[in-house]
Amino acid sequence: MPEVVVDVVLKPEISDPQGQAVLGALGRLGHSGIRSVRQGKHFVLEVDGEPDEAELRQIAETLLANPVIEDVELQLRTN
Amino acid sequence: MRIGVITFPGSLDDVDAARAVRLAGGEPVALWHGDDELAGVDAVVLPGGFSYGDYLRAGAIAARAPLMRSVIDRASEGLPVLGICNGFQVLCEAGLLPGALTRNSHLHFRNRDQGLLVERADTAWTSSFTTGQQIVVPVKNGEGRYVAADADLDRLEGEGRVVVRYVGGNPNGSSRDIAGVASEDGRVVGLMPHPEHAVEELTGPGTDGLGFFTSVLAALVVAA
Repeated sequence: MPEVVVDVVLKPEISDPQGQAVLGALGRLGHSGIRSVRQGKHFVLEVDGEPDEAELRQIAETLLANPVIEDVELQLRTN
Repeated sequence: MRIGVITFPGSLDDVDAARAVRLAGGEPVALWHGDDELAGVDAVVLPGGFSYGDYLRAGAIAARAPLMRSVIDRASEGLPVLGICNGFQVLCEAGLLPGALTRNSHLHFRNRDQGLLVERADTAWTSSFTTGQQIVVPVKNGEGRYVAADADLDRLEGEGRVVVRYVGGNPNGSSRDIAGVASEDGRVVGLMPHPEHAVEELTGPGTDGLGFFTSVLAALVVAA
C-alpha cells in the first residue's frame, strides 16, 4: 500500500524550546559536539490506490502543519 | 442578548464562561461543536481547555469542527467572537486571527494572576475599558507563546490590533508581550488570559474580567 511521509518542523525563525531542552540534556550527557536540535513531527499516511499528490500536499499544508510557524516536507513511498 | 458558548470535547472553562455571561447580564446559550447552526445567537465565546486533547496542535482539530464553519461565515458578517486561551488558539488555527500560539519559552505551565494593559478599548469585547487601563485576570497555559513573522507583528502593531499586552512580566515568552489581538474590524478578539475567571471577588483576583462580557452586551445594544 502506498505510504506518504510528512515531516513537520518549526520554521527556522521560530524558537524551539523543546529542541533546546534536548540540546541541554545532550550537553549534560557529554555530547558536546551537537550544535543544535530542532524537534518536529513525523506522519505516515497509508493511501488507498494511487496517491493524489495535490490532495496530499493540501492535507499536509493545511492540517498537518500550521504554515504560520511550521515548514512541511512530503515524501511519496511506494513499496 | 444571547451569547453562545461552544463546548468542544476537552473544553474546561465553558461553564465559567457561561457564568460570566450571566453575571454580565446576558443569556448564555450552550452550543456543541458538532452542531451545524449557531442557534441565532448574537455573539459567540470559545472557551479555554484542551479541545481534542490538544492533539496535532492546540486548537488545530477544533478549528475544523462542523460548528466552526458557521462561526467563520458569521464572523465575516460581523458576529462578535471571543476566544479565550484554547479558544484563542482555535481562532488562530481557523484563520480568524493572525499568528499562532506555541509552547511557552520556558516549557512550564504558568498559572498566576496577570497584569494586562488594555491598548484597544474600541473592540466589541473591550469597550467597557479605557485605553491604557491596567487590569488583572488569571493566566494559565502551557502553549501560550504568541508568535508571528516580524513583518506580520509590525503590521498588527501598525494597525493597532494588539488589544491587550502583558505587564509585570511576560508569562510565556510571547512576542512583544502580546496577550491578545483583534480582527481588522475589531469584532473577533482572542486572548490567552482568562477574563471569565475574574468576575467575582469571591473566586477571582477581582472583577476586571467582567468588562469583556459587558462590552459585547453594550455593542449588541448599540447594533440593535
